[in-house]
Amino acid sequence: MNADGQVSVIPADAGAAGAEPVRPTESFYQRNEGAIVGSLSVVFVLAIWQAAWSAGRIDPLFFSGPSAIFARLWDGLFGSGDILEHLAFSAQNFATGFSIAALVAIPLGIVLGWYRLPRLILDPFINGLYSTPRIVFVPLIVIWFGLGFASKAFIVFLSAFFPILLNAMAGVRTTDDELLGAARSFRATQWDLFRTVVLPSTVPFIIVGLRQGLAHGLIGVVVGEFFAGSKGIGYLVGQAGMMFKTDLLFACVVIVAGAGIGISAVLQRVEGYFQSWRPSSN
Amino acid sequence: MGSRPNKLVATGISKYFWMKGEPDPIPALTNVTLSIAEGEFVCIVGPSGCGKTTFLNIATGLLAPDAGRIEIAGKQIDGPGRDRATVFQQPRLLPWRTTLANVTYGMELQRKFDKSEIEDRAAHHIRLVGLAGFERHYPAELSGGMQQRVNLARALATDPEILLMDEPFAALDAQTREFMQAELLRIWSHAGKTVLFVTHQIDEAAFLSDRVIVFGTRPGRLKQEFAVPFERPRTLALKRRPDFLTLVDGIWALIEEEGTRAGLVRTAEATTGEARA
Ligand SMILES: Nc1ncnc2c1ncn2[C@@H]1O[C@H](COP(=O)(O)OP(=O)(O)O)[C@@H](O)[C@H]1O
Ligand SMILES: [Mg+2]
Repeated sequence: MNADGQVSVIPADAGAAGAEPVRPTESFYQRNEGAIVGSLSVVFVLAIWQAAWSAGRIDPLFFSGPSAIFARLWDGLFGSGDILEHLAFSAQNFATGFSIAALVAIPLGIVLGWYRLPRLILDPFINGLYSTPRIVFVPLIVIWFGLGFASKAFIVFLSAFFPILLNAMAGVRTTDDELLGAARSFRATQWDLFRTVVLPSTVPFIIVGLRQGLAHGLIGVVVGEFFAGSKGIGYLVGQAGMMFKTDLLFACVVIVAGAGIGISAVLQRVEGYFQSWRPSSN
Repeated sequence: MGSRPNKLVATGISKYFWMKGEPDPIPALTNVTLSIAEGEFVCIVGPSGCGKTTFLNIATGLLAPDAGRIEIAGKQIDGPGRDRATVFQQPRLLPWRTTLANVTYGMELQRKFDKSEIEDRAAHHIRLVGLAGFERHYPAELSGGMQQRVNLARALATDPEILLMDEPFAALDAQTREFMQAELLRIWSHAGKTVLFVTHQIDEAAFLSDRVIVFGTRPGRLKQEFAVPFERPRTLALKRRPDFLTLVDGIWALIEEEGTRAGLVRTAEATTGEARA
């Protein structure tokens, strides 16, 4: 460091001991703090709930207990299979509606974010539809599509569509003008701009849109089945409620929550893949 | 210098910005005429708001002037060109691309070199700006000075005939800035490009350039030119020489006068008057 004979304020032997850089080590707990604390708190709540249930302090007409819910869930999925049947129907409704929503809303959102005139033309309709609770369309959708699969898938589509669309639009519109200018200065074509700047900077917005769309879509599938038809988790929830089968009701809640958490986790992995360039922080 | 052919000729450039709710436009540039010879290093200095960036954007081809035209090698420009590369004031790197991928980016877009040439040139220019070993780093993992080197390498790697630079070192700390200035001269002496370098720092302009063009503000316009006679190669020691300081003082006097006229610099009288009020 002082090859040119400059005086250094660091003592000459400072490098002798302990100067090798050492990557800071993290304990197992530090690496998994979120998961550990989260699991413990869930276990804690479940334990108290189960204790109250076992002690007979909970009226099964109004509430249920973890063991009863789990038993009902197990039987419904792997025993008698009565829940599984409805779950398969709902999953099909959801997967169809959500996939079509994503396939249409992502490209459309990108186009509307990028091109002004189509955006101005469609804006009033998008805002109007987005601000209206989708439930009011359920009767109409039933008239159009009947009581079966098609109407449920369409409700999911309608629910998931707007969050995905609006986020994709916002993503494109917030693309950094300075980056676009830099690209243009090197003679980027429209396609270059889209491919190298707009799309990568829009991906995080699209993921957020998909997550919101997922939440709205799950509401859509449950609500749609609840109001019309004779099949699906939403229908099962309605039946369970009417007959005071709280264990079945909670089993359905666990399924819907599990689906939400599961798909959300997958999306998070996808997001992580696209965001690997971001400096890591906890 | 008169013997060399002109590389860039700007004639009567004017640019106005219309603001919402304002009856009159901002005269960012009025009737600017200047020329730069082939291989010449020219600096534009002036107070902020005098239209330096606007002029550079017009020369880059990102902005159309309201009047006038710019010719490069005798041909009028009508947009960004392969003959130019711009180093922006902010690094403007793609955050999701590594150093290497950011340096190849300009070349990829200009489509001037084939794939293997792009790789070779990127590696060469990363070394040239002193970033060897950082090829796989993302911009967020680099210091401001290193990001600015990537910005410079991205432009240089496209092998431009004219390098356009907009206050590239303004955001750097004083020491890094000085090193970068010396480094830029070293690179320029090898590459022999024509350079138009915008700065608001007079000593930077005098240190780097063959000629300093002073812009004035409100309206933005060309005020005066100074020839910079110092021999090359130059080292940072030049900045302490009396004749260097004399030149800097001369340019500074002009800019101060300009600033006072535009109300950017307050006179002692005005300051005390305000303090009392
Ligand atoms: N896009 C723009 N819209 C409106 N006014 C602008 C725009 N760009 C620049 N200006 C105005 O033009 C003048 C010159 O700006 P600029 O070229 O950025 O100056 P400099 O780079 O010398 O600081 C300033 O008064 C600035 O406010
Ligand atoms: Mg500027």
